[in-house]
Amino acid sequence: MLEKALKGSPLYWFWLFFLACVAGVGSMAYLYQLNFGLSVTGMSRDVSWGFYIAQFTYLVGVAASAVMLVLPTYLHHYKAFKKMIILGEFMAIAAVSMCLLFIIVDLGQPQRAMNVILHPTPGSILFWDMIVLNGYLFINLLVGWVTLQAERNEVAPPKWIKFFIYLSIFWAFSIHTVTAFLYAGLPGRHYWLTAIMAARFLASAFCSGPAILLLLAFLLKRLVNFDPGKEAIKSLAKIITYAMAINVFFFLLEVFTAFYSDIPGHKAPIVYLFSGMDGFAQWTPFMWLAAILAFLSLALLIPAKLRDNHELLPWTLLFLVIATWIDKGIGLLVGGFTPNMFETVTEYVPSIPELAIVLAIYAMGAMILTVLWKIALGVKQEVGHF
Amino acid sequence: MSKTRRDFLKLAGACACTVAASQLVGANAHAASAGHGPAVPQPGNQHEHALHGTHWGMVIDTKRFTDPLLVQKCVDACHLTHNVPKIDGPQELKWIWPANYLETFTEHNHYLPDSVEQRSFLLLCNHCENPPCVRVCPTKATFKRGWDGIVQMDMHRCIGCRFCMAACPYGARSFNFHNPRPYIDEAKMNPAYPTRMRGVVEKCTFCVERLAQGLMPACVEASDGAILFGDLDDPASTVRKALASKFTVRRKVSLGTEPSVYYII
Ligand code: SF4
Ligand code: SF4
Repeated sequence: MLEKALKGSPLYWFWLFFLACVAGVGSMAYLYQLNFGLSVTGMSRDVSWGFYIAQFTYLVGVAASAVMLVLPTYLHHYKAFKKMIILGEFMAIAAVSMCLLFIIVDLGQPQRAMNVILHPTPGSILFWDMIVLNGYLFINLLVGWVTLQAERNEVAPPKWIKFFIYLSIFWAFSIHTVTAFLYAGLPGRHYWLTAIMAARFLASAFCSGPAILLLLAFLLKRLVNFDPGKEAIKSLAKIITYAMAINVFFFLLEVFTAFYSDIPGHKAPIVYLFSGMDGFAQWTPFMWLAAILAFLSLALLIPAKLRDNHELLPWTLLFLVIATWIDKGIGLLVGGFTPNMFETVTEYVPSIPELAIVLAIYAMGAMILTVLWKIALGVKQEVGHF
Repeated sequence: MSKTRRDFLKLAGACACTVAASQLVGANAHAASAGHGPAVPQPGNQHEHALHGTHWGMVIDTKRFTDPLLVQKCVDACHLTHNVPKIDGPQELKWIWPANYLETFTEHNHYLPDSVEQRSFLLLCNHCENPPCVRVCPTKATFKRGWDGIVQMDMHRCIGCRFCMAACPYGARSFNFHNPRPYIDEAKMNPAYPTRMRGVVEKCTFCVERLAQGLMPACVEASDGAILFGDLDDPASTVRKALASKFTVRRKVSLGTEPSVYYII
């Protein structure tokens, strides 16, 4: 099926070329980082993780969100998602690939990455994260490929693949739960030390991931006239609405606990993020933007009339994606490290090389996604499924 | 480099208590396989003057640190002994450093005597009994030595993921964002201690290499008696005697990490 990726319109090739350029620039930045170490980033002794780990966390959510298509289809025999389920699985592959790249670029000694396997340490959550992420990548590659092959041959997928499909449902929850445990088990990091961290992660994943998928589906409709179907869009939008409502609700729970208990340590990161501290307030505009967009997206999602308006929906989804990205891609990490262990503030500003590397990894992810979707749509076209 | 490293591990291993050592037969040459495990006690290499303890701990008499020169003397003693690079700014490295009262004891009282609020407190790795840094490390590059409680690092195994830095509630760990070597004053470099490379985490080691030679940690030696060091398991040790006679506190005890560094206020 790979040959499907080799025949495409000029636009397709131009898009891949553009992504390759972005990836190329970022790779130069990575070479620079390899030569001068992580000193070229904005990270510091006090804020020792930054944009890399934040993107990793966000994308684990995007990867996990494929389950929002798989679960209704296979556990509830819901037919409407059948057509786009492969898109979700392939998006998960692209997202997990980006996750792994983000981990690698964050390592101080990337050539020693294998030490995690050579010296397995089951007590470390990072060890488990490595296992579940690679496992999820493998499962989605397998399931995606086998089901697509079956579709191409116009036969039912082999029975044994069911096992892996059910496994992928369980596994999707596990990747984001384990990723939340990276944070939620650390004493002394008030913003992270919360029992609902995994639940929050899943809620934000299950709204942001499908939102990105749906946005891309709208794009596909414009570009290649692939229509996932009215019913599918409607249902997915509904799922996004519920997940986003739960996501916002969970965040408000954190706010309540912090401020009603009035425990300074619990309040401090939220205060820093939303109003600044000791004269440092760099991220405040971002956090307020996220808050406003989050409520705006809910206001546009909850009334069915607005939600089912396909002129409006892409905008709503865009707002939602920006809001959830700021929450997880900036707020989560910065809030965890600020104030620092001495209750003072060290601000983190990502550096230009750091941002170039982040963009490069997103470009690589987009390339993987483009090629995989090209194959999937090529097969669907061949057998007349769209 | 590998030679220094080997000697270093041998010394570190030599500090083992004999009980633990006797259980590990045939551990010879293990320490030479750099990067493949915590330094295993080696009876053969044990220095005859090595200090023995089953739970090393420290008591810092903060009342004595009114003189900034004494503070600096302790910091310099450590950093020069261990070739800690001098890098300014937020990507700095430090094993032991002074901080004010509010930074040291984040759950602090009000209306304290000026003498306390304005005092310098030396901060360093607490060699926690229940160390979160060890718990999270995915490669066992950070490990606790079962026989003397020291939380040690294998910088040849560390992948630089910095999970341990996120986990340590005391900000005790530093990461080599830069290649540290150009930032070490060559004239003052200690050839007996290995330098590190870029991309690994480091921190105070309670001077394992000095204990193995029968020496007190460098900061203790430089402190003119303001820092006490000894075996917390031994009721007759100087540290236990100090704890029994003076009021002391530890940092962030509510987190359950059980620091081994005590502060006399
Ligand atoms: S003070 Fe920090 S680095 Fe030292 S043992 Fe405790 S948790 Fe680990
Ligand atoms: S940075 Fe090194 S010592 Fe710290 S957790 Fe990672 S591998 Fe372990």
